[in-house]
Amino acid sequence: MPEMVTVIVDDVSVTMPAGSMVSAAVLKSGKHAFRRSATGEPRGPLCGMGICFECRVTIDGEAHSRSCQTICRNGMDVRTDG
Amino acid sequence: MGESRHVCDVLVVGAGPAGLAAAFRAAESGLRVIVVDDNPAAGGQIWRGENSKPASADAQVWFERIRSVEIEFINGARVFQHGAGKTLLAETTHGVAELNYTSLVLATGARERFLPFPGWTLPNVMGAGGLQALVKTGLPIEGKRVVIAGSGPLLLAVAAYLRVQGADVLLIAEQASSMKLARFGVGLIFNLSKASQALGLRKSFSRKGAKPEGRGVRYLSGCWPVAAHGDGRLECVTLVRGGKRWQVACDYLACGFHLVPNVELAELSGCVIESGSVRVDEFQQTTVPDVYSAGETTGIGGLELSLVEGEIAGLAAAGKHEAARGLFAVREKQRKFSELLNSTFALRDELKSLVAADTIVCRCEDVRFDQLRTQSSWRSAKLQTRCGMGPCQGRVCGAAVEFLFGWRAESVRPPVLPVRVDSLIRSEFKL
Repeated sequence: MPEMVTVIVDDVSVTMPAGSMVSAAVLKSGKHAFRRSATGEPRGPLCGMGICFECRVTIDGEAHSRSCQTICRNGMDVRTDG
Repeated sequence: MGESRHVCDVLVVGAGPAGLAAAFRAAESGLRVIVVDDNPAAGGQIWRGENSKPASADAQVWFERIRSVEIEFINGARVFQHGAGKTLLAETTHGVAELNYTSLVLATGARERFLPFPGWTLPNVMGAGGLQALVKTGLPIEGKRVVIAGSGPLLLAVAAYLRVQGADVLLIAEQASSMKLARFGVGLIFNLSKASQALGLRKSFSRKGAKPEGRGVRYLSGCWPVAAHGDGRLECVTLVRGGKRWQVACDYLACGFHLVPNVELAELSGCVIESGSVRVDEFQQTTVPDVYSAGETTGIGGLELSLVEGEIAGLAAAGKHEAARGLFAVREKQRKFSELLNSTFALRDELKSLVAADTIVCRCEDVRFDQLRTQSSWRSAKLQTRCGMGPCQGRVCGAAVEFLFGWRAESVRPPVLPVRVDSLIRSEFKL
């Protein structure tokens, strides 16, 4: 078994293999809308590589963090706008 | 937040195959080399996660080479602007890193080209490489229904990877015509998707257009998505092929229309960009002295071309021009292949009519197609509609707008990526 880490996505605990990205944890938690667009549409990851900024969430209080470029750490608090 | 200062002979931006090859050749020549990359680990997109666990022979060879020499890696750092003299500034989680170099190698790779169509902004409609990256970094895909669409050899590589991970890949829709694919050689396309997957891939795919045999995946040429549907997230996709139009229910639509080079940093560095790629001389040097570029940044050509260009750039930066010259023939062969690749997967004009009046083109600022079609240029679109002015700075809509209207994004300005105000303040003192 690989080492696991647990993050909290909108108050839901999600356990992921160590090294996983926050974006994967958000989807695994059952959330599909990561943020709301300028006109209020739900949005989720598009590019998966840090260029599109569609997967932005709030991580440990820091808004506009790219979830696809952030590795899950134990106890991390992730907030979507979904 | 703090500052750090790093000095090197060769600074490589991008830790994909081209960047790693350049870094290795320069370090092997005894130079002090730093590789800076936005991602948490080296490997770029194609070798994502293979630093620790190589899945392909190429990755294994190159990561071993990298470990055999001394190279400083600065990961999770986004280069956002130039400092005074030969300096780049990068934002890290700790603050701003000042990177001082004698030679610079820009190996910033490529991104997928996304084309707008109704529903493309729904959650779970992603890039093909985008979904692959998510799965590589922990997204469980087992049993999920995936439609792969768009254009290019990446679609096949992604399909093969996702199947190995247990996804239910329903079909692959390739916009290129069967005639173009045949000219290219379907076998060659399958060969492109290298790695351990290659054989399994070839076996698992039935002939194009044929009914699925066993667990084979249909590879449909001349087929593309016209709409994605769902309430709050993707539920199904409408595809067209010939005169036929049908819907497929799925959990993910992985859709990318081949690739476009990431040239923003090169442009900011003053390098001449030609047809969307960085112009380089025979030694991979850009139009700016001591600034080299290699890999997809100089034109989409795949792994082998990226590696050989990287090697040439690294050797040239180390002054080993004769050794670099020895690799020209290999590069030439790969370039021919690249030309064939790009003409095969050139986008058909019909794709320009996928977009509806109310389809969002710029996802950052929610700019609709009908707001854009009355504009005369990229500049006026920016000024009048805010198209391309959001956090991605036109990296997504730029390629789409170029395809739809023929406008080229112009005037890249620092910072080339959104950064913290703190980083901007610190950078003020470096200029």
